[in-house]
Amino acid sequence: MSQAAQRTLKFEIFRYNPEDPASKPHMQAFELQETPFMSLFIALNKLREEQDPTLQFDFVCRSAVCGSCGMMVNGRPALACKTLTSQLERTIRLHPLPAFRLVGDLAVDTGSWFRGMTERVQGWIEAKAPFDPDAVEERMDDEVARAIYERERCIECGCCVASCAVANTRPAFVAPAGLNRIARFMMDPRDRRKTGDWFEVFASDEGVFGCLGLMACQDVCPKELPLREVYAYLRRKSLTGILSRRAKPAT
Amino acid sequence: MIGAGLAGERCAIEAAAAGHSVLILSLVPPRRSHSCAAQGGMQAALGNCAKAEGDSPDVHFLDTVRGSDWGADQEVARIFADTAPLAVRELAHFGVPWTRLRPGINRYHIKGEQVDVDEPTDKAGLIMHRDFGGTAKWRACYAAAGTGHATLYAVDSQVVRLGIDVLDRMEAIALVHDGERCHGAVVRCLRTGRLETILARATVIATGGYGRIYGGYTSNAVINEGMGAVLALDTGIVPLGNMEAVQFHPTGLWPAGILVTEGCRGDGGYLLNAAGERFLVALEPEKQELASRDVVSRHMMNEILAGRGVDSPNGPHLWLDLRHLGEEHLTTRLREIYEICHDFLGIKPWEDLVPVRPTQHYSMGGVRVNKDGQAYGLAGLFAVGEAACWDMHGFNRLGGNSLAETIVAGRIVGARIADFVTRAGPGPDAALGSAELKAQEQRLRDLAQRPAGGRSLYQLRDEMGEIMMNRLGVFRTGEEIEAAVRDLKRLLQEAGSIGLRATAPGPNPELTYALRLPGMLRLALVTAEGALARRESRGAHHRIDYPQRNDAEWLNRTLARWLPGAEGPRLSYEPVGLLDLPPGHRGYGASGYVDLDVSLEAYNQRVAAAQSAEGCLETAEPVGSSLRPGAWRGAFSAPN
Repeated sequence: MSQAAQRTLKFEIFRYNPEDPASKPHMQAFELQETPFMSLFIALNKLREEQDPTLQFDFVCRSAVCGSCGMMVNGRPALACKTLTSQLERTIRLHPLPAFRLVGDLAVDTGSWFRGMTERVQGWIEAKAPFDPDAVEERMDDEVARAIYERERCIECGCCVASCAVANTRPAFVAPAGLNRIARFMMDPRDRRKTGDWFEVFASDEGVFGCLGLMACQDVCPKELPLREVYAYLRRKSLTGILSRRAKPAT
Repeated sequence: MIGAGLAGERCAIEAAAAGHSVLILSLVPPRRSHSCAAQGGMQAALGNCAKAEGDSPDVHFLDTVRGSDWGADQEVARIFADTAPLAVRELAHFGVPWTRLRPGINRYHIKGEQVDVDEPTDKAGLIMHRDFGGTAKWRACYAAAGTGHATLYAVDSQVVRLGIDVLDRMEAIALVHDGERCHGAVVRCLRTGRLETILARATVIATGGYGRIYGGYTSNAVINEGMGAVLALDTGIVPLGNMEAVQFHPTGLWPAGILVTEGCRGDGGYLLNAAGERFLVALEPEKQELASRDVVSRHMMNEILAGRGVDSPNGPHLWLDLRHLGEEHLTTRLREIYEICHDFLGIKPWEDLVPVRPTQHYSMGGVRVNKDGQAYGLAGLFAVGEAACWDMHGFNRLGGNSLAETIVAGRIVGARIADFVTRAGPGPDAALGSAELKAQEQRLRDLAQRPAGGRSLYQLRDEMGEIMMNRLGVFRTGEEIEAAVRDLKRLLQEAGSIGLRATAPGPNPELTYALRLPGMLRLALVTAEGALARRESRGAHHRIDYPQRNDAEWLNRTLARWLPGAEGPRLSYEPVGLLDLPPGHRGYGASGYVDLDVSLEAYNQRVAAAQSAEGCLETAEPVGSSLRPGAWRGAFSAPN
């Protein structure tokens, strides 16, 4: 697993500090000696600690589970912590994720976006009954649990949102992560909502019919979520919803 | 609420459900909190699967106290074990996709053998369990190897549903208090750099552990810098408990330190030395790979020190062998482990061995609180989760017990906070708040005015990490710890004179770190001084020069306070709590120990008064009321 001759990496990093009136958006160049198994987590910390103490970026778990470090790496959204420099050319261009409010340099405000999305799609279990502390848990087939878990694996890093042409031009679009979240709760037998209850949120241009089908989201998802399946599932569900509405007598 | 991980959020839900106004502050968006990184499981004695038959909260209580090497408060361990099943079922209600029991023949790997087990049809679809270290029964409830992620998302979704306000990118830098009561905190916004005071009738520290005092030698996230413990320590009133009790997880990915869950060994994974031998079979015939973490970590380090580790450019390591578990199992029930192996090593764990070595993992120590979660000495201040020393873990936490603690303690402490706020007299004192705000603004100005030069903050941090890992690691000696104390004191002094290179307005990451580092160094010193004074070996605290557990002299809890202007902590001790299960052999690890030299009755008689003298506030129900003495008798005789 050793690596051949170590390179001198060239970084071009987007810089802008909205809190500093003197700061203007620009690209800044850095050079850094590559080391074995160097990730962008290691590289960016080295740059901040040794070259420019003002550099802003976000890392938390550094093991690709917390979703903090999404950024544009050579124009493509990725988790910086699991991006190894050995996978990249010598010149590495880093930008903050688009579609989110900038905090500074490479740090963006994904937290507010995802909280807003969760509120809009009501991304929680609407329980059928209050919790009964004396009852045994409701049974669930393990295959169903596994299928829910598959949707639950989204880490809200925002890479899909950043990659989505619709989300970048139409802020009301719930975006791939939002659609996945709807599907996750829709398929959960513990949730009392029926397909029709979700209809307004997902069966519109702000929901699954806003999707142009470019599928960059699935290509960039660091957790390799099967988003294509999610959209197919939601389209099927919305068709059922439309048909059931048509079947209703006019009022 | 300072901190938005599982403990903080579960606590907030309880207080909000009681009708109180709750504000959560967090360094990061809640779902990025380090709770999300917990992998393998959450312990709760539901007793659903075949290998969990006969399990009960009594057995869970016994395992927890034995695991703690008798350092735990047994009443807290009892409250915990009794409440865990309820808390886990409530999580199912919140939407956690727990792995479920599949009836009929299931193939498992147990102690090196492939075993077919017939899972009962009448339990089909109930929450499944997996085996973990130091437990007599399969008890860990899990959602693949993303239990923390699934749980945190479910709990945070309830926070959103209830409309509880969360301010992320906010850091508490000092508590507002009058010496008897806490009135809130001064916080710094990590978006703008501005300070403000947040007044509260009750303030809760839920900031997680302090693993980052071990520099990069930890599985912890970069935000686990112990700043909640520092807030308490800086009052000079609230003590930190058992800070020398630091857990090393046997399987940190080498050299990155990323956690590889105990569930790997629970599901049948082996540890191998360079010769490919399962060295733990001979060393721990009963539990093998599944002895408690402190015991397995020591055996691993001994194996490495004896030259039987695998050489690598980063130093020697051992192997975790998961190949026999197969691709199907590793991409479903241990999916996150496959992802880590793929992302960070480029290997397939069903084909390749995984390089591992013990790494700092969990902080048993923390803000000392009573069984209601109230901090010693300061009314209106609470602590919960890993940030607290509640103290159900004593000197060694069992795998899966911390995730369960966050939920159980969150529920219980949240309800106590709600009661406290309802009963509390006049609201917080705004004048005190502005005075503390001024003091903190002055602190920032002083920092900004220091001339730049000398070593960087980050060089000091790296040296601290080396000191902690090399001298306060898995094995400790008096001589090494004395050297560590000397060096840490020097670093603390140096940190006090370091100037900033960056002056730009805004969040300024260098200033953020400059505010944290001296606090981290104080925590490191408290850890070192506690370890130096404790002349015995108990759980994760192992002194080569005092290798035995000594219940006659050390069946107690270290309390550390840092008085204003002092150069180091002042240590005192209190009894661990009421004893129900008498100290004895844990069933794994070393069998010798020095016995208690008084009767249990005599020991227990001292507890209430001694703890009260240390600042323990009165609890809602009397000390001991939840203990159910002797209930464990007959439940179970010896670890299987």
